[in-house]
Amino acid sequence: MDLITPAIGLVFWVAVAFIALVIILRTAAWKPILGAVKDREDSIKNALEAAENARKEMQNLHADNEKLLKEARAEREAMLKEAREIKEKMIADAKGEAQEQANKMIAQAQESIRSEKQSALAELKNQVANISVEIAEKVVREELADKDKQLSLVDKMLGDVTLN
Amino acid sequence: MIAKKSIKNLILAVLFALPLFATAGGNTKEGEEKEFNVVEMIMHHIADSHEWHLWGEGENSVSIPLPVILYTDNGLVTFMSSEFHHDDTGHHIVTKNGMNFVRNHGKIYQLNPGETSVKTDAEHHITNGVKPLDFSITKNVASMFLSIIIILLVFTRIARSYKKSKVPTGFTGLMEPLILFVRDDIAKSLINEKKYMKYVPYLLTLFFFIWINNLLGLVPTGANLTGNIATTMVLAVLTLLIVNFSGNAHYWKHIFWMPGVPTPMKLILAPIEFVGIFTKPFALMIRLFANITAGHIIILSLVSLIFIFQWAGTPSMLLAIFIMILEFVVAFVQAYIFTFLTALFIGMAVEEAHH
Repeated sequence: MDLITPAIGLVFWVAVAFIALVIILRTAAWKPILGAVKDREDSIKNALEAAENARKEMQNLHADNEKLLKEARAEREAMLKEAREIKEKMIADAKGEAQEQANKMIAQAQESIRSEKQSALAELKNQVANISVEIAEKVVREELADKDKQLSLVDKMLGDVTLN
Repeated sequence: MIAKKSIKNLILAVLFALPLFATAGGNTKEGEEKEFNVVEMIMHHIADSHEWHLWGEGENSVSIPLPVILYTDNGLVTFMSSEFHHDDTGHHIVTKNGMNFVRNHGKIYQLNPGETSVKTDAEHHITNGVKPLDFSITKNVASMFLSIIIILLVFTRIARSYKKSKVPTGFTGLMEPLILFVRDDIAKSLINEKKYMKYVPYLLTLFFFIWINNLLGLVPTGANLTGNIATTMVLAVLTLLIVNFSGNAHYWKHIFWMPGVPTPMKLILAPIEFVGIFTKPFALMIRLFANITAGHIIILSLVSLIFIFQWAGTPSMLLAIFIMILEFVVAFVQAYIFTFLTALFIGMAVEEAHH
């Protein structure tokens, strides 16, 4: 019967000691230990999350890069195309202008040729008129002196005229 | 004379339980011829004692004296247990503050005023004395203080090691899985997610207190603290108080007015559930006490076979060693079960209504 009869002394000491142990260990051991373990678990969790985020960011960055590259390529294509168009247009414009210029120059040249010719013709006409007058004068003078001489003179004069 | 013999037999049992000490048993041969009382030897071993007996018998026994603290009608009386001179038969009288004390079968009696010798009836009960309230530092109490010193040293050291580095190394690395086992597999899995951290310190202390004292009980000459009904009663009562002071409305409603059953059923269930409040910790108390005490009894019985059958009994040592190994497992398992069930009861008390 002693075996299953709790002794008052032991009940008292176990109760006092165990409650004291719970109180002491709570502040001296369990709090720092569980706190440290919790901190460590949190830091591991955070590190894993950060790594995952970094990985996602890297992926995003990669995708962004791809997009940028694609855009840049498209832009280059567009620029090249535009440049080509501009070049073609410039060439075409230059060609047109040159043609116009040439036409203008040709026209000018023709004009000047025509006016030169006109002036030459006019001078020639004057010359012919003067020569004609001189001839007529000389003829008249020769005629007045000798009829043969007058005639030969006229011939000679005419021959000069044609040489001119 | 019976007590003398049982002390000697206890010593023999303890010595033979450890092959290490087997050779030291040579000087006590005379006991083999006398009648061997197994029950008395075992009962003496698992009972509490006022001194920490090491070896030897009777007047020649060597033991660590422990303080005796008695609360008598005339106030507190304290003296060392060595003043009884190893007497456990009520013959040696210790006089303190004008009061005479004797020790008989592990109990201290205060003789009635004027009496100077012990009178017993036919059943060896002392008739002329009373038992004062005994708050002595007995073997169990001393062993518990030892365990508390060990626990404090171990866990404050672990706590300090976390200040240096959050990565557990060495001894901390050995203990951390156990701490996390109690926190995660016992507390977190059985108690409401939001509330379990409040109970973890109690559960951890409970687990390590029971486990370390179970192990100390397995050490030869060790005390049988966790196999003592007083110890398990205190632990069970603490669990009872914590569970019921944590109980929410949901818990009490399930006890006194079980929802979801017809009213006559509610009336029948209420007293059953009410008794259940007390039977659960009561089962905890009996389970730990019975398991540890039974383990000690089995080992001692197997060792006793040697004294009964002499040489023919030696094979029982193999069984004793096997049971000893089993007891190391039981030491852990019983600490786990006590903590697990405490957490389970707390979990039931703080569970939120979910229907």
